[in-house]
Amino acid sequence: MGLFERLKAGLQKTRQALVEQINLVITSVRKIDESLFEELEEVLIQGDVGVETAAELVDHLRDLARRRRLETADQLREAIKAKVMEILGDPVPMAENPSGPTVILVVGVNGVGKTTTIGKLAHHYRSQGRRVLLAAADTFRAAAIDQLRIWAERAGADFIAHQEGADPAAVAFDAVQAARGSRRADVVLIDTAGRLHNKAHLMEELRKIRRVVERELPGAPHETLLVLDATTGQNAVQQARLFKEVAGVTGIALTKLDGTAKGGVVIAVRKAEGIPVKWIGVGEGLEDLQPFDPRQFVAALFEG
Amino acid sequence: MAMFEGLSEKLQEVMRRLRGKGKLTEEDVAEAMREVRRALLAADVNFKVARDFVNRVSARAVGAEVMESLTPAQQVVKIVHEELTALMGGEAARLAAAPQPPTVVMLVGLQGAGKTTHAAKLAVLLKKQGRRPLLVAADIYRPAAIRQLQVLGEQAGVPVFSLGQEDPVRIATEAVAHARSQGLDYVLVDTAGRLHVDQELMAELQRIRDAVGPHEVLLVVDAMTGQDAVNVAEQFHQQLGITGVILTKLDGDTRGGAALSVRAVTGQPIKFVGVGEKLDALEPFHPDRMASRILGMGDVLSLIEKAQAALDAQKALELQQKVQRAEFNLEDFREQLREMRKLGPIDQWLALLPGFDQIKKQLPENLQVGEKELRRMEAIINSMTVEERRHPEIIDTRRKHRIARGSGTTIADVNRLLKQFEETRKLMKQFAGMEKQLKKRMGKLGRLPGLPFLGPRR
Repeated sequence: MGLFERLKAGLQKTRQALVEQINLVITSVRKIDESLFEELEEVLIQGDVGVETAAELVDHLRDLARRRRLETADQLREAIKAKVMEILGDPVPMAENPSGPTVILVVGVNGVGKTTTIGKLAHHYRSQGRRVLLAAADTFRAAAIDQLRIWAERAGADFIAHQEGADPAAVAFDAVQAARGSRRADVVLIDTAGRLHNKAHLMEELRKIRRVVERELPGAPHETLLVLDATTGQNAVQQARLFKEVAGVTGIALTKLDGTAKGGVVIAVRKAEGIPVKWIGVGEGLEDLQPFDPRQFVAALFEG
Repeated sequence: MAMFEGLSEKLQEVMRRLRGKGKLTEEDVAEAMREVRRALLAADVNFKVARDFVNRVSARAVGAEVMESLTPAQQVVKIVHEELTALMGGEAARLAAAPQPPTVVMLVGLQGAGKTTHAAKLAVLLKKQGRRPLLVAADIYRPAAIRQLQVLGEQAGVPVFSLGQEDPVRIATEAVAHARSQGLDYVLVDTAGRLHVDQELMAELQRIRDAVGPHEVLLVVDAMTGQDAVNVAEQFHQQLGITGVILTKLDGDTRGGAALSVRAVTGQPIKFVGVGEKLDALEPFHPDRMASRILGMGDVLSLIEKAQAALDAQKALELQQKVQRAEFNLEDFREQLREMRKLGPIDQWLALLPGFDQIKKQLPENLQVGEKELRRMEAIINSMTVEERRHPEIIDTRRKHRIARGSGTTIADVNRLLKQFEETRKLMKQFAGMEKQLKKRMGKLGRLPGLPFLGPRR
């Protein structure tokens, strides 16, 4: 299965739920009228796009329809696609460190799938023939270290851990140092404990992890990925804002997109915080993490 | 309390604006309802649930008895509050108890909702209630899930039943048998998390359910879930017949609309909320209190109802005027004690006040009085002369002896009463200050007729 096919397969439910609803709305109504816009707004809200963003999108459409004298539902569909694509922007590739190990810090609230995403990322880099080191800096959650170790084994990656309850910054420090020295890794993936973004002390801990990594290897972390659960509602915007502030988030991995969740909140996140989505999780397998391509995403979203 | 804060702020703003109007037109109500709907949607309440809610409130709000009442805005607030409580399930729901132990509880839900953690939290809660729970590791798929439960069980001091990567149906069945033989009375089965569209997992959960016949099937839902909460809840309910919900991660800053959606689509109550990372951070869910929190009003509405029903408005007004003139004496105190007896236990209705949590700590221990105590206090005051009641400062040791004899109490009782009187006088000043804040927050609703110490100070 090619990349696009896999993406489309993973997004099957999303399409059924959101796109076909949109299509239904658009095509079942012959001419463009007010009730069509209202229904469209409904569908967007139900896709977790958010009440404000949905209203803006629809206002934009309404305006566009008037100015360009759009008449058919098809024209309207092209217009909304173009607008969402414009918001999501061009694909942004993962940053690389040309002169040493690329350090990727992975952060997020509890239960979004950080550890699993790291396992999949490790597999991704391993399949490019690169040496990968996983750092178990989630020293808080019971058995998180074991969970990451299992993923490291599955992906064929190297692994660094301390005891449960150890200082996570120390784990990150050791990992970066080992990657440059004894372990010679090309990519370092640092797993962190899930934390709610409104818990000041936990966010401070994250700030410290980042600072320690930065000090050990100037320029690192080269990427800080925020893992977002696609079933999350508008709170994702808040998560993005605070994690960006504290950890300097550079990209989003959107997980659990293979359910009925629509993931529309990434549009709001992109608008509010300018953080691009870089990966999407569309299944449980090692292969089920795909680079996010806004063009494909929107195409897959709006075309059946 | 961060819970629901965003939603309550928005709703309060809408309600405040509504209260600013004397007479309401249908257009005023419609406009307010549009904003309520937006606030609910922004809080991730499901689209359909929000629409139904607003329709119900609107239908009641434009009714004649509301529009023609003297305080239409207040009536609308009351309706919103009632509907919100109803939406969240009315009464608080308890965990089932099997007539013949063990009670079997299955925890199900999406990945990352917090099943494993909350299985352990539930075990801690049950243990605190003197129960003997058994945790069962039936998630054989997620790497290290079994180990996670074992670690948590150890922390909680609760036994964990595990058969490694065995068939989960067998694990659950043998766990129940094990609990029975060991005299353990609750079996908490931690199941694998997977998407609700995963038929294989659903089939497995059904097999576990059919094998052990659980008394509770609790759906664990992340409070941050968006519109999809209804799909998840509907699917799990349809396929497994859930009996309740545990709402997790409510200690975040989510507006928590999922709570409303899940209850609305399944009709099953939210039984517990997870409010922290520690194992004791699990609380029973109180729909009525939560509705009040969403509206950010304490439980002022029921307080008003209670007060209006119980208190003599004329007497209250007189008392309030006295407080304003700083003339509060023992006669007034006696009057207040009588009124209080009509209201019921003092700590119960004090707890209804917004901001009570903050002032609770300052409350003197001896203010926690019961019905019997109130009668005794009244007897003591009755044994005083009019002069003594009006000027308590003249009460010396000799007079105290006489009063104690007259009322069949002791000197210590009389001293305590006088101290309580002083505390009450001081408290009134505090409450009077609080009422100003309250008024700011609540607009016209701020005045509480019948509660003298909530009147303005000057």
